[in-house]
Amino acid sequence: MIRNSASAMAEALAKKEITSVELTQLHLDRIDAVDSQVHAFLHVDREGALSQAAAVDAKRAAGEKLGPLAGVPLALKDVMTQKGIPTTAGSKILEGWRPPYDSTVVSNLKANGIVILGKTNMDEFAMGSSTENSAYGTTHNPWDLDRIPGGSGGGSAASLAAFEAPLAIGTDTGGSIRQPAAVTGTVGVKPTYGGVSRYGLIAFSSSLDQAGPCARTVLDAALLHEAIAGYDKKDSTSINAPVPAVVAAAKKLDVKGLKIGVVKELSGDGYQAGVRSRFDEALQELVAAGAEIVEVSCPNFEYALAAYYLIAPSEASSNLARFDSMRYGIRVGDDGNAGAEEVMKITREVGFGKEVKRRIILGTYALSSGYYDAYYGSAQKVRTLIVQDFAKAFAQADVLVSPTCPTTAFKIGEKSDDPLAMYLNDIATIPVNMAGVGGMSLPVGLSPDDGLPVGFQIMSAAMKDDLMYQVGGTLEAALLSKWGAPILSQAPALATK
Amino acid sequence: MALTFNDAIAKYEPTLGLEVHVELNTLSKMFCGCATEFGAEPNTQTCPVCLGLPGSLPAVNGKAIESSILIGLALNCSIAPFSRFARKNYFYPDMPKNFQTSQFDEPICVNGYLDVEIETDEGMKVFRVEIERVHMEEDTGKSLHVGGATGRIHGAEYSLLDYNRAGIPLVEIVTKIIPGTGKYAPQVARAYVTELRDILRSLGVSDVKMEQGSLRCDANVSLAEIGSGKLGTRSETKNVNSLRSVERAVSGEMVRQANRLEKGERIIQETRHFLEESGETRPGRSKEQAEDYRYFPEPDLVPVTPDADWIETLRATLPEKPSLRRKRLKAEWNVPDKEMTSMVNAELLDTVEETVLLGADPTKARSWWLGEISRLANEKEVAPISLITPAQVAEVIALIAFGDLTDKLARQVVEGVISGEGTPAEVIEKRGLKVVSDDSALMVAIEAAIAAQPDTAERIRGGNIPAAGALIGAVMKATGGQADAAKVRELLLKHLGQS
Ligand SMILES: [Zn+2]
Repeated sequence: MIRNSASAMAEALAKKEITSVELTQLHLDRIDAVDSQVHAFLHVDREGALSQAAAVDAKRAAGEKLGPLAGVPLALKDVMTQKGIPTTAGSKILEGWRPPYDSTVVSNLKANGIVILGKTNMDEFAMGSSTENSAYGTTHNPWDLDRIPGGSGGGSAASLAAFEAPLAIGTDTGGSIRQPAAVTGTVGVKPTYGGVSRYGLIAFSSSLDQAGPCARTVLDAALLHEAIAGYDKKDSTSINAPVPAVVAAAKKLDVKGLKIGVVKELSGDGYQAGVRSRFDEALQELVAAGAEIVEVSCPNFEYALAAYYLIAPSEASSNLARFDSMRYGIRVGDDGNAGAEEVMKITREVGFGKEVKRRIILGTYALSSGYYDAYYGSAQKVRTLIVQDFAKAFAQADVLVSPTCPTTAFKIGEKSDDPLAMYLNDIATIPVNMAGVGGMSLPVGLSPDDGLPVGFQIMSAAMKDDLMYQVGGTLEAALLSKWGAPILSQAPALATK
Repeated sequence: MALTFNDAIAKYEPTLGLEVHVELNTLSKMFCGCATEFGAEPNTQTCPVCLGLPGSLPAVNGKAIESSILIGLALNCSIAPFSRFARKNYFYPDMPKNFQTSQFDEPICVNGYLDVEIETDEGMKVFRVEIERVHMEEDTGKSLHVGGATGRIHGAEYSLLDYNRAGIPLVEIVTKIIPGTGKYAPQVARAYVTELRDILRSLGVSDVKMEQGSLRCDANVSLAEIGSGKLGTRSETKNVNSLRSVERAVSGEMVRQANRLEKGERIIQETRHFLEESGETRPGRSKEQAEDYRYFPEPDLVPVTPDADWIETLRATLPEKPSLRRKRLKAEWNVPDKEMTSMVNAELLDTVEETVLLGADPTKARSWWLGEISRLANEKEVAPISLITPAQVAEVIALIAFGDLTDKLARQVVEGVISGEGTPAEVIEKRGLKVVSDDSALMVAIEAAIAAQPDTAERIRGGNIPAAGALIGAVMKATGGQADAAKVRELLLKHLGQS
């Protein structure tokens, strides 16, 4: 049962073949059996999950109308607040903090009867591409425990690939949903910016952050997308418009007449050969399904990475200023003599990890008077150019595609001393965040050179999220009929305790 | 010898700049739904947003935008079709996010003016004060530094923080530099803040209580030698908590700077604190190494883009300008200048007008509010309007006009209302204060008085009218003061054949 899709689980629950309590217990047992190797979870809320499950079962028994995913368990990235549940954003500085409020995503999950199993591991404050920056240890890729599960949402992706949860929530600032999905053989979607409320998402970079669904199938991601999306007056940047019909789109299984734009700048040099061959084969599947392939050029994508590493750290330097030990989280150095400023300094020195400090310093510098125009100002101009590139490209094609990442999962420790090499991982995913459009990654096979999953990225214009689900769903179905079984069935079995 | 104010203005020309912070009186805070009531228990009016908890996000209070636009319109500003919030980054424990959400280079209102009238040697003269900008921002929390000598964070044993004020909407109104005021600079500054306060009050957007900090003024002053055509280095005086202090702070700063310049010392660009006791200023933080606030557009908020129709709708609701209203009421009520000024200074203009609109005679209404009621209010250290309503005062004035109350009885009625005995009618009923106007009852008392003082009565019959005072006094005493003294006099004289 735990290897099923979330929609299959939902169907079994609806038919009363299994209760949510039983389903939740199966997942808790799986977590107990394998998570000591995977380390996807930072906190497992056994009692809370079982009581949420029991409540859904009671409602179902009473004949109440329930959401399509009611009773299905889910893993929540530790960057989302959940009332009373430890929330750290992967940082030591927030150790022991239990938020007094639910994020809007969590409220929506609860309203839909989705059972929250616990909080998943991540790079500290979502800064990273491997979870190696977590203050609480690295998550391991279920395909190869010596490899990274991607980041920052490596915990959420790994929990899906390890069958510890059929659904997960991620957040994506520069690829933190899509890159982990790509390297773990799962599906991850970054909705249009403003499609899902950010209220309760601990901010890394406010203008880029976006929460989204992680799952093992496109349809499951769509179901979760509809459960969490929608306008929220608590988030001024959320879009006051109907949620695109992504579930219907995921079920269409038809791309006839759609134009698929291959972004010239997101392939070629620097992309692993096996990644490119799987990408090309996937394109052929889409052609076979009736889509038309066009090549589009987005010349300013070349500058996206550099601009991103000015904008994101700038916003982060301000967003992370609040962690000063005065109101919550750890406090270090308060010996009764040290002043407030000194205690703030010591706490921040001890509480933040290396990468977070690196970005705070970068951002503080970029916003400084005398440097603002050259750094933050120029980066914003690049951002505008990227938006224009997307607009032109979407005038030529319904969706754009590229490999999600240049390579498959790398070894733990391989890039942790080389921040630039690490940053290059997100080269294909960052433009989507810079323009606020939608992006999806789905698995398109294993790279012939190393046998590891390859991700295929589909990008859609703002509030046209349904198009990427339509293309993703069609491609997934075509590949499934070719493979005969979901890609995760090829993953090595994890030893169980 | 030190220069006096007159010496200073003989040689130097002042340039002013005024920054006024106004706390808006919206029911909820700038970016969250928390209440804004003054004086609540510490940290009871807070939520994840105004505490800056991780994950929380601001959402703009539409009422605060509306108030800001009203202020801009009343100050003849242009309303920006597009304005934005920015983050002002600096660390301080009373600021929950360690940045203040404020407007920076894209404020909501720009380029306005306010005309103020002051008395000069050549009579009343109008000075035009140009407004550079009106922008919105959030207030910080309050720190209470315990222990240590200075009450400041340095040297304190520990500090207590109250975040009730954090996130209260503030509007900052900044003038352009105000040149050419010469020796009238202190009066112009005071008149500007006064007029601004009255406008804000008439708009109903703020409590404008300087003593509670809902209106705060920073005064920038610089001096240059007359005719030099230069601008001097300015100081910024904070902590100016009353209208009188605005005037004193400006003149004090002019004198201080003139004395420094005279000694060949330079003026340091700095923040200074006004000392209420001495009228002097003491140095605060130097601004010569300007702090870098790393302003950037607030990514959590969308730009403010009020539509033109809405702005015009708001413009149509603007109340009469306080200066024009004062002129109109002064004429309608026929009030002398001095009386008008006391009414305005006592903040009783609205109250008196309301009383008049309920039918009271303007002179009577003014004298009740400024006289007896203000006296009782002073004793109790409260505002007159908190003691009694304009309707009740109007009722008392009407009863006097109808002859149902004497002035003396009316004072007792007012005192009864104030001590919570009920409405004027109820107090009259309970205390039995109705004027005794039944002639036969009075005649009994008058005859008794004559019988008791036959000699006095004889003198009155003989034409000594002033002697009547003694008998009238006796009658008033006998009736417990409830008789109308004029009526007693009339009946008494008639009875003794003197009218
Ligand atoms: Zn609040």
